[in-house]
Amino acid sequence: MLELKGIAAASGISIGPAYRLGKEEIIVPRESITEDSIPLQIQLFEEALIKTRREIIELQKRIGQEMGQDEAQIFDAHLLVLEDRMLIEEVISRLKKEQLSVAFIFSEVLKKYIAVFSKIEDEYLKERIADINDVGRRILRNLLGKERKGLEDLKERVVIVAHDLSPSDTAAMHKKSVAAFVTDIGGKTSHTAIMAKSLEIPAVAGIGEATLKIKNNDLLIVDGSMGVVIVNPDEDTLRTYRQEEQKLKGVTEKFFLVKDLPAITLDNKQVDIKANIELPEEVSAVKLHGAYGIGLYRTEFFYMNRKDSPSEEDHYQAYKYVAEEMKPNAVIIRTLDLGGDKFLSQFAIPEEIQPFLGWRAIRFCLARPDIFKLQLRAILRASIHGKLKIMYPMISGVEELKQANLILKECKDELSKSRIRFDKNIEVGAMIEVPSAAITADLLAEEVDFFSIGTNDLIQYSLAVDRTNEKVAYLYEPAHPAVLRMIKSVIDAAHNAKIKVGMCGEMAGDPNFILILLGLGLDEFSMTPQIIPEVKYIIRSVNSKQAQDIACEALRLSTGKEVEEFSQMKLREIIK
Amino acid sequence: MALIRKKMVVQNKQGLHARPAASFVQIANKFDSRITVIRDKEEVNGKSIMGILMLGAENGSQIIIEADGNDAESAMAELEKIIISEE
Repeated sequence: MLELKGIAAASGISIGPAYRLGKEEIIVPRESITEDSIPLQIQLFEEALIKTRREIIELQKRIGQEMGQDEAQIFDAHLLVLEDRMLIEEVISRLKKEQLSVAFIFSEVLKKYIAVFSKIEDEYLKERIADINDVGRRILRNLLGKERKGLEDLKERVVIVAHDLSPSDTAAMHKKSVAAFVTDIGGKTSHTAIMAKSLEIPAVAGIGEATLKIKNNDLLIVDGSMGVVIVNPDEDTLRTYRQEEQKLKGVTEKFFLVKDLPAITLDNKQVDIKANIELPEEVSAVKLHGAYGIGLYRTEFFYMNRKDSPSEEDHYQAYKYVAEEMKPNAVIIRTLDLGGDKFLSQFAIPEEIQPFLGWRAIRFCLARPDIFKLQLRAILRASIHGKLKIMYPMISGVEELKQANLILKECKDELSKSRIRFDKNIEVGAMIEVPSAAITADLLAEEVDFFSIGTNDLIQYSLAVDRTNEKVAYLYEPAHPAVLRMIKSVIDAAHNAKIKVGMCGEMAGDPNFILILLGLGLDEFSMTPQIIPEVKYIIRSVNSKQAQDIACEALRLSTGKEVEEFSQMKLREIIK
Repeated sequence: MALIRKKMVVQNKQGLHARPAASFVQIANKFDSRITVIRDKEEVNGKSIMGILMLGAENGSQIIIEADGNDAESAMAELEKIIISEE
């Protein structure tokens, strides 16, 4: 067993026998010619160019159909090289002057260009040398009347091992017969990497001596995520990677199939899957992964990395953009959650001994209505451009909620007076992340339109654990019975008051806890966009009765560890 | 017949490489005029991808374009668009 390290060029895991693609040596003899045969040599050159052009266009067409237009565009650059006047003129003028065979002259000119390009300090250009080499070799083969041994007839799926891969090499391969690429040179932007990504196979580039250390038919494990190639692995390693390979393969495909379908259980109970974002630009990832709206839009970034304070207009433009992009789906904007671990240079916040128990979030906003109102006005103004909701963080009791709503009402009155339009029925919610709020959820429910459970803080406060402190981090258990009971009572209180309850902490996007949360009756799950397809898949694989039973069972267990093991086991049974 | 010369700064983030270089050459080839690109003391044929790439003109570098022929003016206008576009 031998482990080779290289550059992780395309992620994924593949296992297969090595197939070495030799570096093709074209030997061009230095042949003198007579002056009379110069026209004939020029004609040979032109014919070779025409033939090469035909080949490339054909290849381009095939690649366009098989892999898409982006990949086919690589060959545009090839055609330009082929038709390059400087190159052609130089070949012809040297041919006349030196009276050597056109094949030899051409290979000399090609070498000269490659030498010049190699000296230019530019990553992109260095990669393009492969393109020029590729076209050059094609022309040379056609000049010399040689055929390249094809890869078209590979029978089993192999790992291609080469010094470097050219577009022509990869174009000749059939998608089904290639499991991975391994190359001596190249990097993340090399043709090898681009092609591997478009074929959705792993690739490790820049190993240096892959072609020296790997023989034909060696069994290879290619881990394109870690940039590692294992040659002739032992049984244990092989078994581990095979499982990993299967899991990755089956799993991502399955998940992506359902990403745009609703999150609906087998017995037609639907929940909403939403995304957490921090920056307006993230909406494209949100849409790509199939979220129905945004369950948590963090707004602290307005205050990060700047000395001055953002204006109402800054807030407004960002909210308007997100509202319009997500329309008709709702966007829940969390009002400023500053303080705690998010310090700011704009405000003179005195250093606190216990910032997590200090002057932060809604406490800070209520004390600084100038800052709070600026944000609320911006949200209200943007609310006519889509469906926005307001959510207050760190609510610990009813008074805070009432005060915040009072300030909101002031903002609404001011806007009405100035005849500025806003959504008069804008929904307002409270984040449930302080244990006191969770325990008095029934009281809070009277004052708001929805709840969203923030598990990160709720867990840390309930279990009295700072998870950034490595000595106690092990105590941070999302599935601790205390946490589960609290979540259950919040959901029950919300439903009794006929309001919806979501969750936007990390727990809502952890596949291990989806079944339990679903069984407890959570209405909305909000998470980082990338995990959405998987969560949808889980929800679509279970019926709500099953989930309820799992939640019930989980609530009877006495430690967080037991709950976690139990839910993992159930998850495996259900999605297999 | 007219010969026009114009000095400009490469605005494209990638410099005159890759796609911008390819589009430059493709457009240059649409015109009859002889197109020359000069950077420092190096002079290359503007209709040659190899030539343009060899200039290695990065973002921010100053180049001179020369167009010589009856369609020199329209050639210059179109080529300048590529040089000063940021994408």
